[in-house]
Amino acid sequence: MAPEPLPAPVTPTRYSPQKGEGQGISTRLASFADGLGTDERPARSGDALPSVAEIWSWLAEVPDPEIPVISLVDLGIIRDVAWDGDVLEVTVTPTYSGCPATTVINFDIDRHLRERGIGKLRLKRQLSPAWTTAWISAEGRDKLSAYGIAPPNEATVACAGALQPRDVACPRCGSAKTERISQFGSTPCKAHFRCTECLEPFDYFKSI
Amino acid sequence: MKTAAVASPDVAEFALRMGDTCLILGHRNAEWCGHAPALEEDIALANTALDLIGQTQLWLGLTAEAEGKGRTADDLAYLRDSSGYRNLLMVEQPNGDFGRTVMRQFLFDAWHLPMLKALAGSKDRRIAEIAEKASKEVTYHLERSSDLVVRLGDGNGESHARMQAALDFLWPYTGEMFLSDAVDEALALAGIAPAPGSLRPAWNEKVARTLADATLKAPESSYAQKGGRSGVHSEHLGLILAEMQFLQRAYPGANW
Repeated sequence: MAPEPLPAPVTPTRYSPQKGEGQGISTRLASFADGLGTDERPARSGDALPSVAEIWSWLAEVPDPEIPVISLVDLGIIRDVAWDGDVLEVTVTPTYSGCPATTVINFDIDRHLRERGIGKLRLKRQLSPAWTTAWISAEGRDKLSAYGIAPPNEATVACAGALQPRDVACPRCGSAKTERISQFGSTPCKAHFRCTECLEPFDYFKSI
Repeated sequence: MKTAAVASPDVAEFALRMGDTCLILGHRNAEWCGHAPALEEDIALANTALDLIGQTQLWLGLTAEAEGKGRTADDLAYLRDSSGYRNLLMVEQPNGDFGRTVMRQFLFDAWHLPMLKALAGSKDRRIAEIAEKASKEVTYHLERSSDLVVRLGDGNGESHARMQAALDFLWPYTGEMFLSDAVDEALALAGIAPAPGSLRPAWNEKVARTLADATLKAPESSYAQKGGRSGVHSEHLGLILAEMQFLQRAYPGANW
């Protein structure tokens, strides 16, 4: 298969391991607010509650703050959507326990659903079963790949203790001749690889 | 929606020990941010720190819930003095050189992972859930730290000497991980946490194998420094807290 034209380069985002990143987060929140634009729908009058399926489709519009080409639904972190009376309960599972994007994700869900007219909303955190990259949708994996991030290799999830991923294909040229530069990358969910054929470095989405 | 065990001082204390140890080690690793010998290691240290501080939020959140005194995880982190901290003494020791930081991470990870695996079967659902989540992250930590211990120990003369010095320095602090007190005994009896001593064989085995690969020699002494888990700390903890807590102490409730 001929290689596809290269996608726009991935800009690595660095995080701070401490709380002092307030300004960065605010800037990011502001830029997300700009990007989403305004919602044309009128606020709901409260007579008919939107269906759970409709809410899932709205959540599928919310991008991951670190990797905006995939949605929160693609990422597999929305565990449940349910009505508790007239209160909408959205259950979210964290990717990594310290991932700074978690706060932004909750903020984005809250704002997006309120823009769709959901007045009463409760976000619930669910730790178990712990998030696994096996929950990233097939569509999400394709989007990651097209964006320049090698999707997680699920073969490594099955064999505990064998974290060295095998057969990670270069997302740029498709070559299987790749090697790991570092187990940790620009965000908690990624490792750093390079292709020994086209010589380009790339991100690999770690399988956990 | 809380369905798990009733508030229990022992559970609160246990989660405090786990949380404080993760917090202080996370803080120490974060001190390397921008200073590590290679960019990849800088990122790895910061990632590890981030995982540990994320786990801290879960553990201290559980402490806050189980103690039922209206305090939050942030209150616990920012508004306790060193005598209130329950972390292992090993994690508050200064970073020293990169070799000592790596060795400390390894000696800790080799304990942390079996601890979390045992806790994943805890009869307290909240503890089991945190452990299940954290053990995925800590698997990566142990893989990195054991790999580096071997590379540096079995590296050149300089790196070998530094790793051996790090091991000799840290060794007396390792025994504290396996000491048991009344809280540990009560939790082990209730099936909530493993008896600390029960983690010893897995740790010994992993450490012996890794040190052999690294051509390093564990000291003979079994003398154990202790006190961290009962609030008796080295002078280093106060300095960490002075830096970490200054803002909340000087400007109570400051937010952004």
